[in-house]
Amino acid sequence: MASGPAANLSVLFAGTRRNIDKFGEFCIFSWESCIGSLREIAHPRFWRLLMPQMFEVGYRSLPVILITGAFVGMVLAVQAIEQFRAVGLEERMGAVVNISVVRELGPVLAGIMLAGRVGGALTAELGTMKVTEQIDALRSMGVDPIRYLVAPRVVACFLLTPILTLYANLTGSIGGWFISVVQRGVDSGPYWEFTQLAVDNFDLLSGVLKAFFFGAALGLISCFKGFYCRPGAEGVGRACTEAFVTSFMAILALDYFLAEALQTISIRIYGFRTFL
Amino acid sequence: MPATDAANDDVLIELRGVSKRFGTLTVLDGLDLTLQRGQTTVVIGESGTGKSVLLKHLVVLLRPDSGEVYFHGRRVDHLSEDQLVEVRKRFGFLFQMGALFDSMTVGENVAFPIVQHARPDDRQLEETVAQKLRMVGLDGLQSRSPGQISGGQRKRVALARAIALNPEVVLYDEPTTGLDPVRADVINELILKLKRELRVTGIVVTHDMTSAYKVADRIVMLDKGRIIADGPPEWYKTSNDPRVRRFVDGHANPEDLAALDD
Ligand SMILES: Nc1ncnc2c1ncn2[C@@H]1O[C@H](COP(=O)(O)OP(=O)(O)O)[C@@H](O)[C@H]1O
Ligand SMILES: [Mg+2]
Repeated sequence: MASGPAANLSVLFAGTRRNIDKFGEFCIFSWESCIGSLREIAHPRFWRLLMPQMFEVGYRSLPVILITGAFVGMVLAVQAIEQFRAVGLEERMGAVVNISVVRELGPVLAGIMLAGRVGGALTAELGTMKVTEQIDALRSMGVDPIRYLVAPRVVACFLLTPILTLYANLTGSIGGWFISVVQRGVDSGPYWEFTQLAVDNFDLLSGVLKAFFFGAALGLISCFKGFYCRPGAEGVGRACTEAFVTSFMAILALDYFLAEALQTISIRIYGFRTFL
Repeated sequence: MPATDAANDDVLIELRGVSKRFGTLTVLDGLDLTLQRGQTTVVIGESGTGKSVLLKHLVVLLRPDSGEVYFHGRRVDHLSEDQLVEVRKRFGFLFQMGALFDSMTVGENVAFPIVQHARPDDRQLEETVAQKLRMVGLDGLQSRSPGQISGGQRKRVALARAIALNPEVVLYDEPTTGLDPVRADVINELILKLKRELRVTGIVVTHDMTSAYKVADRIVMLDKGRIIADGPPEWYKTSNDPRVRRFVDGHANPEDLAALDD
């Protein structure tokens, strides 16, 4: 009989093993989805499946993304402006607000909003299909559910998260400008001049590059959770929650690693740059 | 127990020692089963004994933990999903809950397998869909969504979809459950007609003994993952095996009755 610490350890091991198994399954699923997407992408029938997904992921998410972006830019400016004014540097507000939005907040918030809005819907849709045997039905008709269901959804997330990030960047910088220049009276000319000095194409591109990763991650995670959903309405609900939490963590973790890597590259190319 | 009439002895599907477990639950336990071409085999057994799991093994939607599945003498249980496409196109599968795609209309559901595997022109497709729906008595409902029709109608649409590609084998998972007796009999007639006119091999999972007696060339009874009885329908009418009698006559197990008195 196992008891005390030994029992706890064996529970811990079993839990760890289950998670490693899950992660292995996820890797295989991701691999198959990528291969499936690549093999399908040349077919017209794939584009017929992709378009409705693009509409759902892109067009339908746009309002939320625009609004979130604007508020983030505004909040950032509100928090920073008094500090900058105190040391007489308020003209440099543009540099700080815009670089934060373009490098970090735009892509991360777009990713997280999509994980909530699109990821939840994807998991619920695929989970329901799994639970009601629609996925088995597809397979029984000789249709590969990965290529038919997963590939268009993941590709739509992959392609559109970066584009939505650009929109979030746009409204974010407008929000920052509105608070700093329009509302708190910072001089418009220097505001944008310092922005131009601080924000390089590299910063814009690094944000967009991150967004590709976030889009792929949230699409794959959400589809995976739906695909391996447990039976019943409860299973679908739980899968949705798990999908969001996992996507959220994955986005932040990827963001950290990508930030480290991109920082190193930036210093290699440009040397150290100061925002101020 | 009598051996099945082996006059028409070409084997279509064969299961050899198939076992399937989910976690600690053993659902199929070394099952051997041979299915003849052109026959209708009915599988009966209590809920939860693995009848649906058995059907899923025939098209390799589930893979056995041990044992083998053969189709036309060729082993199929270890084929890849891509290789299985050709096999699966020759099957029609009516799922227990219908499994209609709820993002599509009734018509699109029936058209789905055809569109995936052939390139019919629009008129031809429309005509085939109407014909399949007519066979289940639902022509005219093409533009409804699965959410707008009753459970019994959903099941019949699912049957129309299962036979859309004129399959060689049709797997019917409880085709008459949830239908009124008249509709149920239409489905029985349809199963007989498919067998008679298109030489369709049928495997019917059911609880409905009226339907079983009507359509079966052979009835197999499953219990706890094993076959406990196998014979022509007449044999079931006279068998003295207590487990068979209880199921066929619909009497509760004495142990279950005892539990009611606690
Ligand atoms: N994919 C699965 N995962 C885990 N358990 C399953 C799965 N499919 C079926 N089972 C279990 O196997 C048993 C037999 O199920 P099933 O074949 O659906 O029974 P029935 O004879 O009523 O059709 C049930 O206890 C069910 O819970
Ligand atoms: Mg069943």
